[in-house]
Amino acid sequence: MTSHASTLVRTRESARVRRGRGHWTAWAFLAPIVIYLLAFYAYPLYRNLDLSLRHYTVRSFVQGNAPFSGLDNYREVFADPAFGPALLHTLTFTVVSIAFQFAIGLALAVFFAQNFKLSATLRALFLVPWLLPLIVSASTWSWMLNSDSGIVNFALKSVGLDPVNWLTSPDWALTSVIIANIWIGIPFNLVVLYSGLQAIPAEVYEAASIDGATGWQRFWRITFPLLRPVSAITLLLGLVYTLKVFDLIWIMTKGGPADASITFATWSYRFSFGSLLPEFGPGAAVGNLLIVMALVFGLLYIRFQRRQA
Amino acid sequence: MRYAKTALGLFFTAVMLFPVYWMINVSFTRDTDMRADPPHLFPVNGTLEGYRAVIDQQLPYLGTSLIVGLGTVILTLVLSAPAGFALAKLRPKGGGALGFVLLIAQMIPGIIMAMGFYAIYLRLGVLNTVGGLILADSTIAVPFGVLIFTAFMSGIPDELINAAMIDGATRWRTFVSVILPVSRNAIVTVSLFAFLWAWSDFVFATTLDGGGDAQPITLGIYHYIGNNNQQWNAIMATAVIASIPATLLLILAQRYVAAGVTAGAVKD
Repeated sequence: MTSHASTLVRTRESARVRRGRGHWTAWAFLAPIVIYLLAFYAYPLYRNLDLSLRHYTVRSFVQGNAPFSGLDNYREVFADPAFGPALLHTLTFTVVSIAFQFAIGLALAVFFAQNFKLSATLRALFLVPWLLPLIVSASTWSWMLNSDSGIVNFALKSVGLDPVNWLTSPDWALTSVIIANIWIGIPFNLVVLYSGLQAIPAEVYEAASIDGATGWQRFWRITFPLLRPVSAITLLLGLVYTLKVFDLIWIMTKGGPADASITFATWSYRFSFGSLLPEFGPGAAVGNLLIVMALVFGLLYIRFQRRQA
Repeated sequence: MRYAKTALGLFFTAVMLFPVYWMINVSFTRDTDMRADPPHLFPVNGTLEGYRAVIDQQLPYLGTSLIVGLGTVILTLVLSAPAGFALAKLRPKGGGALGFVLLIAQMIPGIIMAMGFYAIYLRLGVLNTVGGLILADSTIAVPFGVLIFTAFMSGIPDELINAAMIDGATRWRTFVSVILPVSRNAIVTVSLFAFLWAWSDFVFATTLDGGGDAQPITLGIYHYIGNNNQQWNAIMATAVIASIPATLLLILAQRYVAAGVTAGAVKD
């Protein structure tokens, strides 16, 4: 009893100490990260904004005397014939990828939430595709989707379907990168939704089964509504992540053929680094448009999280 | 019935992991069998020529990736652990705003960061250096690291810290000898992800380190595909070897991986 009381006194004492001098100590602990954020986030972003408002050539890039050109780079980007396709593909890539990742991830999460032998081990194995370096996944899918010798076309042929020029035909390139991206995203959706399922109390299901609810009813009436907060967070995070996908598309198709799989991220890279004559201005302009898109969804995500808390 | 579910689970896992299996299978396939029709589903006449090519040509790339990965881990820990402690336990005014900035930072596409870094590195003359790549790669993991440390350290009882401070320890001393030792799980989780992300980074590698002597393995594979569309067994052998850290870490630290994925998304 006495020791408990003395702990209480001590806690109160130190709380007072913390409020006074502690403020500065706290910021001493935070100083490195604040400097880091300014130097390695804020400044590169500022440079990028600056790039997008100037007319850069390779020489002026090195010498740093590029003339200010206002919104010319943005105008150029909007007028570029690749703008429409890039916007459309970015949206298609994001929406279709997320719809499938989420649906498959949720189905698998519900499946693995049941109790059966090896359930935990198999669930852990599902993480592998998510942990592999993207270049590995992308090159594996490139070979699997190869027109002549790929295993996918072989499988199609063996069930009597015509082979598809997955990566080399403009009709299929976007589908190909979406398929690979869905595969990569399933583990993330599975893990997050699974942890959401674990948080639903078992009593709710017990009560439902006493009332005679079928498995299907239990899913639509209990699992789905109770999982809504976690689902929303999964979808929003998926949106933010998928918008920035670059490696996968660049490695598999380089955005081609003929812009057939170009997105904002790959388009921006192509401007700045994709050829021997870099166009940093328009590249940065496209990049900033992409940031705006990501931030809109990002702020939605934060608002949502705040409301949950 | 119980076993029916296990069988179904095995089937789903097999379908999901088929591309991984296919990568391994192709890595052992002979050049002459590469375009066989039908393709060999098992490496019947297996060869190690792909792996021999990797050892001949890719070892330096692997070494660079290892250095970059470890450097990124150290930098990430040094920056994010004290910040997490301050946000979780010292809760200064303005801490909330900093947390908000870190959340936003996670949403900025890597390709845009890369462009900004390129402009700065070119001027400073640190393009194509390992140090420059470590700095850039750390931006992927640092906000995540602060988030994990803050969440984890919030759970450490205040009594533990107060007791140390009553005993005369400074806050720094408390942090080093009380907080850090009990935060082992958070340290493992952050290190794991920092290493994996640095190891698999392609965006920063190709923009900031595409022309140097010391390039990471992601570029090793990328150049290999570019120069050489025929030797898919060597390309896949490199891919297999580049995947080993991920696989090892998954086996060794399963629960940290799952914890990291969910901590990034779901608030406690």
